[in-house]
Amino acid sequence: MKLALAGVSHHRAPLELRERVAIDLASAGALAHELADAEPTTEAVVLSTCNRTELYLASEDEPGVEGAADRALLALAGDDAATLGPVAYRLADEAAALHLFRVAAGLDSLVPGEGEILGQVRDAFEAGAAGPLLDQTFRMALHAGRRARVETAIGESPASVPAAAAALAEQVFDGLGGRSVVLVGAGRTSELTARNLRSRGARITVVVNRSLDRAEQLADAFGATAVELDGLGAALAHADVVVSSTSAPGFVLTAPELTASLRSRRGRPVLFVDLAVPRDIDPALASIDGCFVYDVDDLEAVVAASLQGRRAEAVEAERIVAAEAERFRGWQASLSVVPAIASLRARAEEIRAAELARIEARLGHLPEGERDIVDTVTAQIVNKLLHLPTVRMKEAAVTPDGLLYADVVRHLFGLEEDE
Amino acid sequence: MAELLVWPALIAYGEAAFAYAGELRGRGRYGSLGIWGVRIGWLAQTALLVAQAFTADGFPWGTWAGALNLLSWLVVSGYLIWGCKPRYRLVGLAVMPVAVALLGLAWAGGGTGVETTDRGGWVLALHAGLMLAAFACFTVAAAMALLYLVEERRLKRRDATVLRLRLPSLGALDRLATRVAFTGLVLLSAGIAVGLTRLQAGDLDAAMTVTIVIWALYGLTLVLRWEAGVRGRRLAWSLLTGFALVAVVLPLTHFAA
Repeated sequence: MKLALAGVSHHRAPLELRERVAIDLASAGALAHELADAEPTTEAVVLSTCNRTELYLASEDEPGVEGAADRALLALAGDDAATLGPVAYRLADEAAALHLFRVAAGLDSLVPGEGEILGQVRDAFEAGAAGPLLDQTFRMALHAGRRARVETAIGESPASVPAAAAALAEQVFDGLGGRSVVLVGAGRTSELTARNLRSRGARITVVVNRSLDRAEQLADAFGATAVELDGLGAALAHADVVVSSTSAPGFVLTAPELTASLRSRRGRPVLFVDLAVPRDIDPALASIDGCFVYDVDDLEAVVAASLQGRRAEAVEAERIVAAEAERFRGWQASLSVVPAIASLRARAEEIRAAELARIEARLGHLPEGERDIVDTVTAQIVNKLLHLPTVRMKEAAVTPDGLLYADVVRHLFGLEEDE
Repeated sequence: MAELLVWPALIAYGEAAFAYAGELRGRGRYGSLGIWGVRIGWLAQTALLVAQAFTADGFPWGTWAGALNLLSWLVVSGYLIWGCKPRYRLVGLAVMPVAVALLGLAWAGGGTGVETTDRGGWVLALHAGLMLAAFACFTVAAAMALLYLVEERRLKRRDATVLRLRLPSLGALDRLATRVAFTGLVLLSAGIAVGLTRLQAGDLDAAMTVTIVIWALYGLTLVLRWEAGVRGRRLAWSLLTGFALVAVVLPLTHFAA
């Protein structure tokens, strides 16, 4: 069987081209079934995310399937097919499988180790029309992706400023469940950070803004209370995390104003996340016991260090993917000897059945139970005799002599005539 | 023959201490080696203690070296309660060197031998066991407090690698240190109560006075933690001060007497 891949990704195709071929999961599933039903393809899975669209096709008709994958991808691009052609990649067999393994492990992603891709690969697989080859290939890819995430820390550190802010909050508190978050300013960045904090269990309790209208809009989205800037002091009294991103020209939260109330917390921690430029939060607040202040530069430095860590972990993840790809190669090679093994076993069974039939007359006087024993014993003898040759043929399948072994077995047992 | 078990225990604890230091370079690489070192060492030391207990006629850890042997086992046992969870594994960074030092001193002082001894009755055994268990708790609490101060400093200084190399969160360290210190205080109270049953007029010495001071310090720390909300850095320093009394002042007064 032949495995073929045609696709485009963020590596070579700009966004304008990627969006031409991007399709949602339902359409990807429908396309996969359509391709699998058309000659010469027999199996198809379509993976489409914001960074890539890839068509995995498999077929018995070896020469035809690569062309079919390519044509299907270009058809998705419509009028842009001529532009898409040069930036698309076409891979086959082991190279295609290795690529899929790397994709599933997040090694081919824009941010190494990003978490979403593994789920997207699984969804595409489940929505597609996988047969024996693609089923095994995708299962092994998902296994490789899971191993890369479990056995390395590639997906652990945050890769964006909002995620870094939320992860820092988790590092300060013992879990974010029920922690109170105050948003100062109702900008897009603070909203993203608030969403990230909420997804980890924190509660957005107050939105403080110069304009009450905008504060109310955001507060409604989070089930919080909206207050104007003069209510900030009271809002901070019970805050665990303060996220600030106003467009004020100077500090909105200053040390002289807040020191007394923060000291009264007796070390109860509070994390200030300052996403504004110019800054909203006086860095002198960090000198108070239990106060932690992070501005945009600090958060970006944390993200940079995290990404560096991910790249370091990617080396280990590549090793895992290579090992899984090797396992795939062994499995695929073993397919080439499967017909010979099947023929050998069929021939042996045929002989056993014929011999039993030949002595039927002599066994006729035996009780049913004893005849069953004879049947079982002869089957066991055949199985034991064939076990080692079967194992050896599968082992040899991954070596260059694999097919030779299969041919020798066919010749020695006269299997050519059967096949 | 059984006394040779001290070597696998010492080697495994030492390996764990080094592995946890290596864990600072990258998560997961050395951490599992560390926790397996702790487990194997703990099993070896447990076997050693069992052999000592079976051989002795009375309480086999009545000498200072024997007490250190038992104390190191209790410290590692306390650590193992949380240390098996990857999130708290790095508490071992502070605990395992202490455990190695305690066991090493115990060996040097002859506290790891297996011989027939008679070191007093069950009251002494109960008293010493409770006191040592309390000190083990204070040691683990101090290790957590130390990690708290390290992690707090990293967060205060906005160390860019604070998420790449993750220690347990400040909240978790604060909560666990409080809980362990409370357990230690309960055990210490029970140990003192058992000791009082043997106390005779005029027996109060410097070591007993320091023990009372330690009890009062931990009691005050925990009262302030729960009633006045004192936590974080102040709690950590208070726990470390208590541990300094346990580790330095108490032995000095005990053996000077």
